[in-house]
Amino acid sequence: MTILETEALTRAYGGVVAVNKVDFSVESGLITGLIGPNGAGKTTLFNNMTGLDIPSGGKVFFNNKDITGFPAHKICRMGIARTFQNIRLFKDLSVVENVMIGRHFKTGPSETKGRFVNALHSYVYLKREEQEIYEKADSWLDFFDMGQFKNELAKNLPYGKQRELEIARALATEPELLFLDEPAAGMNPQETEHLMSIIRKIRDLGITVVLIEHDMKLVMNICDTITVLNYGQKLAEGTPREIKHNPRVIEAYLGKEEA
Amino acid sequence: MFNFFLLILIYTGIYALMAIGQNIITGYGGMLSLCQAGFFAIGSYATAILSVRFGWSFWATLPVAAIISALFGLLIGLPTLRLKGDYLAIATLGFGEIVRNILNNWDSVTNGPMGIQKIPMPTLFGLTINPYKKYAFLVMVIIFVIIAYILFQRLARSRMGRALTAVREDEIAAQSMGINITKYKVYAFVLGASVAGIAGSLQAAFSLSVTPGTYTFMVSVMVLCMVVLGGMGNFKAAILGTFIIQLISYFPQLTGLSSVIPPQFKQILFGLILVVMMIWRPQGLLGREEHTYGVKGGK
Repeated sequence: MTILETEALTRAYGGVVAVNKVDFSVESGLITGLIGPNGAGKTTLFNNMTGLDIPSGGKVFFNNKDITGFPAHKICRMGIARTFQNIRLFKDLSVVENVMIGRHFKTGPSETKGRFVNALHSYVYLKREEQEIYEKADSWLDFFDMGQFKNELAKNLPYGKQRELEIARALATEPELLFLDEPAAGMNPQETEHLMSIIRKIRDLGITVVLIEHDMKLVMNICDTITVLNYGQKLAEGTPREIKHNPRVIEAYLGKEEA
Repeated sequence: MFNFFLLILIYTGIYALMAIGQNIITGYGGMLSLCQAGFFAIGSYATAILSVRFGWSFWATLPVAAIISALFGLLIGLPTLRLKGDYLAIATLGFGEIVRNILNNWDSVTNGPMGIQKIPMPTLFGLTINPYKKYAFLVMVIIFVIIAYILFQRLARSRMGRALTAVREDEIAAQSMGINITKYKVYAFVLGASVAGIAGSLQAAFSLSVTPGTYTFMVSVMVLCMVVLGGMGNFKAAILGTFIIQLISYFPQLTGLSSVIPPQFKQILFGLILVVMMIWRPQGLLGREEHTYGVKGGK
């Protein structure tokens, strides 16, 4: 089943067409890789699908619903979470608070959800809500084995842990679909290995994962299907095996072989 | 002398309300706003006009003052959302000045530079809270500060406060966590404005007259100084900062040295304090309030 689909998605900045009529689709329950040389438009594609940027043309469908041009917070509430290429944690907040922010719209009885006045009128309600948010956040930290860092400031975590915290925060929104923008960037081989096991664990929770990554070992190992972008256009898609042997992909990465 | 100290405490209370409002906007929301004086003025004039012209009681004008200020907070909050940092400061500064100029020139309503005099004293259960006998008034102001403190503190410790903090820390990440950043920024402005409106209402009831000259840009700057001095993102600190700044500004009178120390002394001291703070303790006297979770004794 297709969970997310773009239809001729285009994003142009003046004369530069960063994403050019891309038809990208994500199958539910799989890990999809999005690769391509630098500047191919991978992150732009992510931003246009998650509402941080508005496409200049084309459409985005999530569970067959048109979500083109929706604001980011709305898209998140529908069940798409993401992480960022350059880590965007709330640096001066504690680790657990970062994850608690991910629970922002998930707590409280639905009829009072998001109501400002609730904070004012009922102390009991507030206590209960806080407890609930805290416990859920805590359980996500345990999922990542990060319980001992709970009250550390996010900026004081080691780099690899910061990446994991960002994923934990995204997962706290209980998404159906998770976008990871270069999750392994700057990680050492052991950390990458650990990350791979985490991504598999996330998939086993029933969450569909889409990831941008330059680390080919990671991509080829864990992705079920891969899409290749080059110069804003879709170059190829298929299983890791097919992609590895696709002459156009090899050309895009390594250049043409002399005849 | 002691009486004078009571006066300082009353002003501390009134300004503390404004500082609490400034703290939610600047300390939590991270928006540099310079228009607390504008909301303060709106609250004062609402009380003055309603009670003098229409004979309303002080208690009836109080919520109206808060609501009108909140509406103006909404009005200023919405269009300035796209602005950040210095630009937001300039826009809000402009708003404060516009308010003061309107009060100065709209003679038929505000009586221009003369202001409005003979505001009736507030009464409660048949007792008049006479500002000349300062105790009763002080108690009333303290009660207001305590209520505001509890409400805002509670708000800050809920997911609303956390969402606002997230918006301050990183707007893009906050959006991607399902937080409607526009909503929270406007909320911060509305809340900050309404509490400043209440402060204005109290000010009108205390001085029993309002003139545009009271609501200058310096008031906004002073309120900002209070929050910065105490520590941004900490309501206790905002109140402490207010007390210290008030003590400094009335220092010459308090020590009986007002004939020796020129009034400009206070500006010099403000500047000095801010410079010293920025060098040695940029986070303010108390610093930002940190919440610890899941530890015994912590919240």
